[in-house]
Amino acid sequence: MNCKGVIREISDYIDGELELPVRQELERHLEHCVDCKIVVDQTRLTVDVFCDSKPVELPADVKFRLHDALHRRLQEKSN
Amino acid sequence: MLYATLLVPEARMRPPIGLLKPLSATNPHRLPSTVARDDEHLLVAAAKRGDTHAFEELVNRYEAKIFRLTMNITRNREDAEDAMQDAFLKSYAHLKEFQEDSRFYTWLVRIAANEALMRLRKRRPNQFSLDEPIEGEEDLVPRELEDWGPSPEQRFAQTEMHEILSQVIDKLEPDFRVVFVLRDVEELSTEETAKALGISIPAVKSRLLRARLKLREKLNRYFRQGGAN
Repeated sequence: MNCKGVIREISDYIDGELELPVRQELERHLEHCVDCKIVVDQTRLTVDVFCDSKPVELPADVKFRLHDALHRRLQEKSN
Repeated sequence: MLYATLLVPEARMRPPIGLLKPLSATNPHRLPSTVARDDEHLLVAAAKRGDTHAFEELVNRYEAKIFRLTMNITRNREDAEDAMQDAFLKSYAHLKEFQEDSRFYTWLVRIAANEALMRLRKRRPNQFSLDEPIEGEEDLVPRELEDWGPSPEQRFAQTEMHEILSQVIDKLEPDFRVVFVLRDVEELSTEETAKALGISIPAVKSRLLRARLKLREKLNRYFRQGGAN
């Protein structure tokens, strides 16, 4: 597998969705290609930082309007 | 018996739903997220039977995540708020149609993503299409290969990190951004993402790959040794 092949498979590799022979071939390439290793490691970290990001607290005004709209809808339904 | 009464004893003391005030941001009665996953189907069942407190509990539980989702897709606060509100109202209106073959949250994400996409398309007509095939592989060639050092994300405070992520995702093209947000932020599967967006699995995979590579390059500016300049 060459560098282009690694980049093409990088998403499936990070997600653990590569067939074993392809994964082994990719990992053999990573053993001697510093650039590809950097891209793989940094892409994995990129996914991790977004995945770990916590949603911020809903702004109070947004929350108020959401619950107000919800209550009005619930009341309409019960009338 | 009302589910919410079983779940939260204080619910017995609550006024009728129409008189409820929005929960204080500093005093939410949210349950731990692990409980949320385990008992979601009970809340949904109770809400389907007409227990409004159970539905409100679902709203409390997911409102921040759904707002993050609609904000990430639209990148416009007004649109994000409208999309979130409509998503919750529509999910309530159509709750009886929810088949429970997936998690309620996944179903809600699908509704919210569509609401957000509708608004994004209105604001940027002809600017993006999820259906168009991606030609060529030139954009797959990685640039900016610099050392990030160990745990570069830990060099930033939480609020600073939040700002960085917001800035880099803002610069991503909408058709890549939407797929990335559903797959890697909301953690839907490839199949769920394809279903939510009405596109093929290969289209999801190809956009996800490009989104991840582009975001890596954009993060390089902040994470490389020496930081942003």
